[in-house]
Amino acid sequence: MSSRRRRIADWAFRVFTVAALVAVVGPVLWVAGGVVARAIPHWRWTVLTTTTNGASGGLLNAILGTLVLMAGVLAIAGTVGVLGGVYLAELAGTGRRGRPRGGVLRSATEVLAGVPSIALGLVGYLALVVQFHWGFSLLAALLVLSVMVVPYIARGTETALRQVPTAYREGAEALGMPTGYALRTVVLRSAVPGIVNSLLIALAISGGETAPLLYTAGWYTGTPKAALFHQPIGYLTYPVWTFWDYPSNQAHYLAFDAALILLVLVLLLLVAARLVVNRSQRHAEVRQR
Amino acid sequence: MDLAGTAPTGVSPVGARPARRPHLRRIRSLARAHEHHLWVAGGRAAALVPLVALALTMVVLAWKAWPAARVNGLHFLVASTWKPGSTYGAVTRTDGVAHPVGASYGAWPVIAGTLESSLIAIVIAVPVSIGAAFALTERLGGWLAGVLRTAIEILAGVPSVIIGLWGALTLGPLLANDVYPVIARNMPDLPALRFFKGPVGHGEGLATSGIVLALMIIPIIASTTRTLFAQVPALPKEGGEALGMTDWEVSRRITMPWVRAGIVGAAVLGLARALGETIAVAMVSGSLLNTVAPNLYGTMGTIAATLVTQLDSAFVDGTGFEVRTLAELAVVLVVVLLLVNTAARLIVRRAGGIAAPVGTGA
Repeated sequence: MSSRRRRIADWAFRVFTVAALVAVVGPVLWVAGGVVARAIPHWRWTVLTTTTNGASGGLLNAILGTLVLMAGVLAIAGTVGVLGGVYLAELAGTGRRGRPRGGVLRSATEVLAGVPSIALGLVGYLALVVQFHWGFSLLAALLVLSVMVVPYIARGTETALRQVPTAYREGAEALGMPTGYALRTVVLRSAVPGIVNSLLIALAISGGETAPLLYTAGWYTGTPKAALFHQPIGYLTYPVWTFWDYPSNQAHYLAFDAALILLVLVLLLLVAARLVVNRSQRHAEVRQR
Repeated sequence: MDLAGTAPTGVSPVGARPARRPHLRRIRSLARAHEHHLWVAGGRAAALVPLVALALTMVVLAWKAWPAARVNGLHFLVASTWKPGSTYGAVTRTDGVAHPVGASYGAWPVIAGTLESSLIAIVIAVPVSIGAAFALTERLGGWLAGVLRTAIEILAGVPSVIIGLWGALTLGPLLANDVYPVIARNMPDLPALRFFKGPVGHGEGLATSGIVLALMIIPIIASTTRTLFAQVPALPKEGGEALGMTDWEVSRRITMPWVRAGIVGAAVLGLARALGETIAVAMVSGSLLNTVAPNLYGTMGTIAATLVTQLDSAFVDGTGFEVRTLAELAVVLVVVLLLVNTAARLIVRRAGGIAAPVGTGA
């Protein structure tokens, strides 16, 4: 191969990598900028304080509904996911040949993460909403969302626990701490940033979901009621999904406003998740010295 | 955090604090003595939840889909009709399963649409992800690489309904006005390239769906690929450079072979995500049920998008047969995804247990 051809190939490769990077990062800015540019010109602050009326009005019901759903997911999926991750990382023990046990449970978690959210939503609709006669309800939505994000939280917790140095566990044991007490006060405490990170990402995912909610939560134009059954609830993705192609400007503005609020909410959660990890990594470096 | 700060100074946790109420103290000391058992019991129950949820999902879908599968037959996978039949009372029975007269379902158009749009997504996403991962690990360093890495993670977390909104209102019309016509006009008129010619539509269709899907799976593939590249040891690369290899040759002959299996695994994980993506595709595909897209730009539908757009109208069917048919469609999707995901994990495991993210790259 001539050196000229080699040089041209190398140059083409460099250009390609930079172009690829632009093609990846550009759309992030484009999507975010596009939502802001569509929402800001018609933005009214009353969107935050009034409820939806048909396809116009405000989004207070949807904002509160999304926050209620997030809180519920944090309670249900947070508990189940963290406990499951703790079990897989710390308590399942080692089987023969020193391999970690709990392989079936871990595989089930990974497989569940691969089931598309619309399939989970359909199951929630068929089983909970119809068969159990719960109707469009908060509990049906919470269960479907929780099943969806539990794998992320369990995986995140397990990974965070595996990064805790073995010396911590040995030190705790050498001090005579009971196993459970050492797990709670020494091992889990060191893994808190990683666990919080996975919880925040799970919240961002559940806040941004549409498909599993359409047929479990339904849609409600009033502020959320304190009822688990037979009471639909609003959420921010619904106005975007439903109103964007309505034949009215009011509906479009509402869709854009909902998209903007949703984007801000999700970005705050993701940035917070990032900051938690960055801070913990700084700690880790100090610790090693 | 240091150990001395977190452990109580008395070390022994039982009875470390003088309690005012003795029965409360006894309960607390009992709980502490058996704390390990509490953790094991709770953890075991929680770790079982995904397994139980997965089993219930399968059972519910199969139970709902089975009657429809018996009536629709294997024909369902290859036929191209989606006719709910007469919804005004006329009900008939086939094999004891009630359904409206004239109901006839075939899922081939949406199966084909699912495969085609995901294929387009993979063809775009894999080279772009690899290129971006190279730029991030080999070219840039310091704060800029950190900022761009975060941007990619954020793209993974943007809700699909927002990407769909952008695809439907901004990207789709732009492509239909300025890009598709140019491709369709300049493509040579050969039988093999017919697929790229013909009417370009208004931006809703196969090509737009594929591009939007590519955007959504790039973060998964790029972040995994970046992790893989970062794990390639420096010595072989430096050796290559010392022999006078260019950057391109080092990448192609040393870095890529080192992590090839891992990249294939990441790409298959991305493929699984593309196959199951629902909302964004439902917004940019045109949601067609009866026809396979005639060319690259034609409107189409996918399995997941059909589930979300058709369930509403399926309620009209008083016999519940269309809902059962949708459940059957969901079974097809879930089975395909399980196969693809399993293949991805086997490939990644073989590549040496490289930790691929569970789902999104975030």
